[in-house]
Formats: sequence, C-alpha cells, structure tokens
Amino acid sequence: MNAEQWVQCAKCKKILFRNDFERALKVCSHCGHHHRLRARERIALTADPDTFVETDTDLVADNPLDFPDYPDKLAKGWQTTGEQEAILTGKAQIGGVPVVLGVMDFAFMGGSMGSVVGEKVTRCFERAVDERLPVVMFCASGGARMQEGLISLMQMAKTTAAVSRHHRAHLPYLAVFTDPTMAGVLASFASLADVILAEPGALVGFAGQRVAAQASVGKTPPNFQTAEFQYEHGMIDLIVPRRQVRPTLVYLLEMFQS
Amino acid sequence: MTIFDFEKPITELENAIEELRRLAAEKGIDRSREIAELESQRERLLRQIFAHLKPWDKVLLARHPKRPYAMDYIRLMCEQFLELHGDRLGFDDPAMVAGLARLGAYRLVVVGQQKGRDLKERQKRNFGMAKPEGYRKAMRMFQLAEKFRLPVLTLVDTPAADPGVESESRGISEAIARSMLTLFDLTVPTVSVIIGEGGSGGAIALAATNRVLMLEHAIYSVIPPEGCAAILWRDANRAPQAAEALRLTAEDALQMGLIDMIIPEPLGAAHRDPQTTALSIRTAVLQQLDELSAMEPDTLREQRYQRFRHIGVYQLTR
Ligand SMILES: [Zn+2]
Repeated sequence: MNAEQWVQCAKCKKILFRNDFERALKVCSHCGHHHRLRARERIALTADPDTFVETDTDLVADNPLDFPDYPDKLAKGWQTTGEQEAILTGKAQIGGVPVVLGVMDFAFMGGSMGSVVGEKVTRCFERAVDERLPVVMFCASGGARMQEGLISLMQMAKTTAAVSRHHRAHLPYLAVFTDPTMAGVLASFASLADVILAEPGALVGFAGQRVAAQASVGKTPPNFQTAEFQYEHGMIDLIVPRRQVRPTLVYLLEMFQS
Repeated sequence: MTIFDFEKPITELENAIEELRRLAAEKGIDRSREIAELESQRERLLRQIFAHLKPWDKVLLARHPKRPYAMDYIRLMCEQFLELHGDRLGFDDPAMVAGLARLGAYRLVVVGQQKGRDLKERQKRNFGMAKPEGYRKAMRMFQLAEKFRLPVLTLVDTPAADPGVESESRGISEAIARSMLTLFDLTVPTVSVIIGEGGSGGAIALAATNRVLMLEHAIYSVIPPEGCAAILWRDANRAPQAAEALRLTAEDALQMGLIDMIIPEPLGAAHRDPQTTALSIRTAVLQQLDELSAMEPDTLREQRYQRFRHIGVYQLTR
C-alpha cells in the first residue's frame, strides 16, 4: 500500500484516500473522527487568505529549574514540529473582521503551557486591548508544562489576568476547544471565553482520566471528558463540526462587533 | 498517627520526657535535671534534623496529619470569626471554609481550604479537595469583599482540586479559572498564605492575590511529586526525586520571585507549636494589609496584575 496515497483513521481504523481525507479537513468520512490539526493547518482553515501575520516569534523556552531531560524534550519538539513553541499567535482577519488569533499546537510537547505559551497568550490579550480587537483562541493542550514547575502554574494566573483586562474593555473573546483541551489550560484562559465552541469528540477535562477514575471509584460515564459530556453539562456553548467552525466564528464576530 | 522517619528520634525523646514527668508527678521525686537534659537533647536534635530537610521531608511535613489546618489558624489568629456557607447554586462545600473575621484593626473576608482531622472528618472535607461549589462559594465571598470594601485573606491547603466525575460535570476547571478572574477584578487588598499543600490549580485558584506568603515548611507545586515521578520515570516511588526536580519548597518559590515572603515556623514545624505559628501568620498578614491598605483601589488591581504579569522565564532569539 502506498502510504503517500492512503491514510488510516485513528479511530475506526478504516483506510481513507489521502486526497479525500485532506479535502474533508482531516475528518474521517466513515466515523466523523476529527483528527488533530497542526497550528498552521488550523490558521489556513480559519483566517482569511494571506491575512495572518505572526507575532512574538522570538520567544524561546529556557530551563529555569534545570529540569531533567527538558532540553531534550524541547529539542525533539523543535525537530519534529518545525515550530518554536506550543502556540502560534498573530493578527488576522476572519470574515473581514480583524482579530488577534492564537492557535495551540498539541504536536509540540503536548501543547503544554510554560513561560513562552503563557507570555504569548498574555500578549494576545494585551495587544487586543491596545488595538480594541477580539481574541480568537484555538486550544489544544495537556495542561501546564511540568518541566517549568511552579512557573508554569503561575501562567494560569498570568493569562487569566490578561483575560480580565480584555473582559473589562468589553471586547469579544471566542475560544474553540480542540482535541485535547485539558487541565491547566482549561482551568485558566480557555474556560473564560464569552462563547466556547468545541470540535466533536475532543477530549475536554480537568484531571487525567486515570486520576478521575480513581477519585470516582471507577464510575466514569462512557463519554466522560469529551466535548459532548461538557456540552451536556453546560460548559460549552456549541459543538461545531470542523467545516462549520469558521462560519460560526464569523457569525459571532459580527454579532459582537461594536 | 503517622510518624515520619526523620521525626522518629524526636518523638522517642518526647515520649521519654513525658514518661519522666509522669513518674515525677506520681512519686513526687524531683527529676527536673534529667528532664532539662533530655529537653536540651531534644532541641539539639530538632535543630540538627531541621537544618537538613530535603524537599521530600517538606512534602511530608506539609501533609503531616498533625499540621494545623485553616480553621485552626483562623481560631488562633482572629479575634472573631463567623463562618458563612453556600454557593447559592445548590451546594455548600465542606472542603472550603469562608467567613467574616476581625483581625487586629481589620474586618476582613477569610476563605480557606479545610482538611479533616479524623477519618470521618477527612471524608467530609474530601481531604481538602474542593469541588466547583467550593470555588463558587469563594467567589461569592470575594464579591462580598468588593461590595463592602473588605480585604481578603485566603489560606491555601489542598492536595488538588477534586478530580472526580461529579466535579467535572459541574465545571471544576471553569470554577478555578473564574475564581482567579474574580480575584483579579477586585479593588480591595488581597493576601494569600500557603499554609500546607499548595496543590496546582486548586491552589492558584485562591492565590491570585496582591501578596502571596508561604509558611516555611509548606509546599507549592504544579503537580504532586508522585504524579511527576509517574510521568517522568513511570514510578511513583521516585516521588522524593521528583520533589527535588520540581523546586516546590518555600525557599525555591521565594528565590524564583514567585512568593513575597516566607513565614518562619517554630522549631520542629507548625504542628509542634500551632499557637506561635498562628501568631507569626497574624503578624505577617497584618504587615501586608497595612502596606496594601495605603494603596488606591485601582493601584491594588494594577499591582496584582503586574505581580503576575512578569512571571516567566524565556530567551529571546535574534
Ligand atoms: Zn474513522
């Protein structure tokens, strides 16, 4: 089988023709599974053509705790993704509306939030306040970056503080939870959006599944910590199939335009 | 009652002193010289042991079953306290206590995570792991503080926020995020004290304050050392090693500029002298409140923003 031409669905394991798969925005035509997208793919799907201008490209992670193996993990991230960190930020237009756009990349160290991600998210909201712009955040993260210890935990507070300023400036903030949106990111800036969209089937939750199951003596519902579970419990406004994400954002941006 | 290895020789001496005292009282013999000798031995030993605590020892101390909890400190340090209850959304979380207190010249809102002392209370308090309703009760109190211009004191002591199905279905992540958001919006002075375990999101939810203080033997961490060891080496037994890597002690936090002050504990840690510890917390908090009360409301919010805004370590390319 020619790997160039065919891909296998990560969920239902069916073999898909790569061209069809790409045309379907990496959504399985059999089971509807939304495969993870890289940040640049997401930007291409979301921003108006040629409008994305990346900002804060000069921030690189350090190893403030001298944490074991962190430099190796970073090097692996740089090598395998070609990106400098777990988020791309910049300015763009969506449906003609200028926005500040942040897109997390799970492929880089599980989208974990350390100093650089925290700083870039914070700058997104600060820039948006200065220029009176909406913020659109695509979340994809396992949570805080353990390798930066308490400094990572503090990024939860720092990004939340930035959101609070943006809120007080009466500017719109839209978040899209993609697979996965977890822990320290979910429990900070992600959950504070004015409207929260999520892609079908995305993992969305606070603690790891194992910890949650232990705490609940094994009684976890079958759809536990999915976007659908969070939607049923009122934590998400809408579950939106990938193709509908951009038009939904456009509609919301128009609704909130001052 | 658990006794940790590094505490064993101290506890043995303490038992011997106790026994001598009992004998002396029973038989009416003067054993004061021997008792004094043992007591000075005890103090020497304590100094020796506490001069060389490893991060893992601090983890054990922070989780010590005899360590004073939030309500102990509130009772010992406040002139008056009236506990208030409920999130007004259907729940009252016993793992989060909140109320109105008098502390010196101040009337203030106090919020804290509360662990239980015996098995029954430990279960009732959910081991200090607050659920969404706990954080929503806290938020209610923060808003009360803003409305009546009262300063806020939070006492942080939690292994983590509750991770169970129930908490997930009521939005534990959103509750934590909004608790921080609410604190950042306040224009009254806010002070937090990490008194025991500062466990990740569950802790920062109460610690987005103008000043963050930490007891000498408290810990503050992004992940429990056991969880960190399980991820790093697939072996939770290497938690002591993870505790070193995570830099979770008060000294580490101060050195990295993440907390504002370490409140010293009496020799042998807080559980050996809760009264003195409470007095030290009281003095430190009053000092912070005196400083913060001199600030304008907007300045307080701005100072809080800047306090967290500049946390982060990274390099710049080019
Ligand atoms: Zn499929």
